[in-house]
Amino acid sequence: MKLTSWGRYPHIDTTGASFETTDQLAALLKKNGDLIAYGMGRSYGDSALNSRVVFSKRFNKIIDFNPEKGLLVCESGVSLEEIINIFMPRGWFLSTTPGTRLITVGGAIASDVHGKNHHTAGCFSESVESFEIMLPDGEILQCSREENPGIFHATCGGMGLTGIILTAAIKLQKVRSSYIRETVKRCQNLEEVFACFETYKTTTYSVAWINCLVSGSDVGRSVLMAGEHAETGSLEVKLKQPISVPFDFPGFCLNRYSTKLFNWLYYHSRPSFVENRLVSLDQFFYPLDSIGHWNRIYGKGGFTQYQLVLPKAASYDGLNVILKRIAKAGLGSFLAVLKLCGPQNDNDLSFPMEGYSLALDFKIERRLFPFLDELDQIVLDYGGRLYLTKDVRMPKHVFQKGYPGWEAFAELREKTGMKKKFNSLQSRRLGV
Amino acid sequence: MNLLILGANSDVAYAVAKTFAKHKKADIYLASRDMKLLEKKVRDLKTRYEIKAACFYFDAMDFESHLKFYQSLDPKPDGVVYAAGYMPDQEAAQKDFKEAKKIFEINFSGAAAILEIVADDFQKRGHGFIIGISSVAGERGRQSNYIYGASKAAFTAYLSGLRNRLFKKNIQVLTVLPGFINTKMTESMDLPGLLTAQPDEVAEYIYKAFRKNRDVLYTKWYWKWIMAVIKGIPEKIFKRMGL
Repeated sequence: MKLTSWGRYPHIDTTGASFETTDQLAALLKKNGDLIAYGMGRSYGDSALNSRVVFSKRFNKIIDFNPEKGLLVCESGVSLEEIINIFMPRGWFLSTTPGTRLITVGGAIASDVHGKNHHTAGCFSESVESFEIMLPDGEILQCSREENPGIFHATCGGMGLTGIILTAAIKLQKVRSSYIRETVKRCQNLEEVFACFETYKTTTYSVAWINCLVSGSDVGRSVLMAGEHAETGSLEVKLKQPISVPFDFPGFCLNRYSTKLFNWLYYHSRPSFVENRLVSLDQFFYPLDSIGHWNRIYGKGGFTQYQLVLPKAASYDGLNVILKRIAKAGLGSFLAVLKLCGPQNDNDLSFPMEGYSLALDFKIERRLFPFLDELDQIVLDYGGRLYLTKDVRMPKHVFQKGYPGWEAFAELREKTGMKKKFNSLQSRRLGV
Repeated sequence: MNLLILGANSDVAYAVAKTFAKHKKADIYLASRDMKLLEKKVRDLKTRYEIKAACFYFDAMDFESHLKFYQSLDPKPDGVVYAAGYMPDQEAAQKDFKEAKKIFEINFSGAAAILEIVADDFQKRGHGFIIGISSVAGERGRQSNYIYGASKAAFTAYLSGLRNRLFKKNIQVLTVLPGFINTKMTESMDLPGLLTAQPDEVAEYIYKAFRKNRDVLYTKWYWKWIMAVIKGIPEKIFKRMGL
């Protein structure tokens, strides 16, 4: 069958099978050849693509919930959307959520996803107390920070390359309302938005949409959104049924003029400053989930997201250089997101580090990859790295320089036979 | 409400259980052969929806056991879903009658055996509903799938008769005719994406049809029209086609 991921590039031929029990999975692992777990296909690049995959979507049962501790034990194929639907009405929400709820718990661990509260709550793995993983030989291992910590820290952020995550115990956070008190502030330039992030440093959630097409003194023009869980209000969740983009947009729809117009409209349709307005959960966390198949906007050829993070001290200078390069190249990104991250964690390959993260969407086109190679160099020069979950083209040396933990990770994979059993197109490209 | 689901390890059955538990706060009885998997689903349903759930061993092909199985249920169900189904490769069923027989027994004979017992009970109590998951494959026999199709045709006809019989007692019998669904049964098939439904979607439609007291449900809706066209082709032409 044909398989791709959220970026719709590349498309590959694959054989896939799903499993509903650990016995079925063990039987799949016994067969010759390597494979990778595939959840909801929301990673952007080739990290869940291989000539053979196992689908986790049917391994999606909830095992236990402790309402005193807010501890949820579930199988790896359960989606974040399911967790919200079930537990928000009881006053519990995910400790960390990325910008989409359409991912699995297994994927959230393997990508060690982060959200708008990274600066206050860290990555998804912070909420993971323990998990069970199936190793190459079918053995099931319990991992936590105390038990098999090596595999625990390699698996969180390990892109599915250490085994198949089976079940996880994750802590949910207690909330009083399903609504968010949101503050929105327009920022003229990079300096202003940096200052703004500092102002809202103690606010639980913060993120900025950034216009990466403006140049000159306006570089970094953005809209910052900060939020807290509301103290009162209903716990009801009404996740909107998405309106779908029905077909691939023709390639020419997305050009420097249309993206400029879109970004102009976005900026000017936001209030210059508004404090503590009440917005719904999906409006605040998942604006893009309300448009089904939004990846079709980028046309048939697909797109990629380039997400980088720079150390805090180098962020201002680095982003200035990068944003100017992007504006000059005119390869404007439809949507670009800026976020101040908190300290990095102990996982081998987790992406966030203390500093600014910038995520940019680019339509796949011929001149894109050489341009991204240039950006890579700037990112490395400023001591940054790229997010593996979004990546489809990072060269090996950029990976190795950006992720000092790669050697320990590669060694573990070699030693335990993971390297023979679990591979993706990405792991081969990166040589881990 | 107490809902009994037979053949509860199918993907559609699990989706139906979730949908009734969610919308109706129904308590669920799951019945099938793989008890370990059923127990996992019972725990899942209880935690998700804060309802009561239990599982029972049920073998559709062991007709003799059905009465005892049904008698053991307490309280008795208010609704029964027959979701057991078996669809091996058509060629395997052509070459090996054991396979064909298994298809007939799981998809039809087993259904008739247990549903007669259920119907009697519902008739006596003057209360209940029956949902049978049949298939559009039973609407017309095609060379690629006629043994499975024949079993489903029999099931569809059976449900039609049962509906006729139970109508006076105000007992709903809903025949569900799904087209392609993305399940373990169809995993090895290359299904046309646009015409393929997800189990959760199908379950929502089934629940709506139940609420509206419908008799026959094609799911998704366009299968009604696709099958109307297929049934409308004269046999003279149909027999030459490579369907």
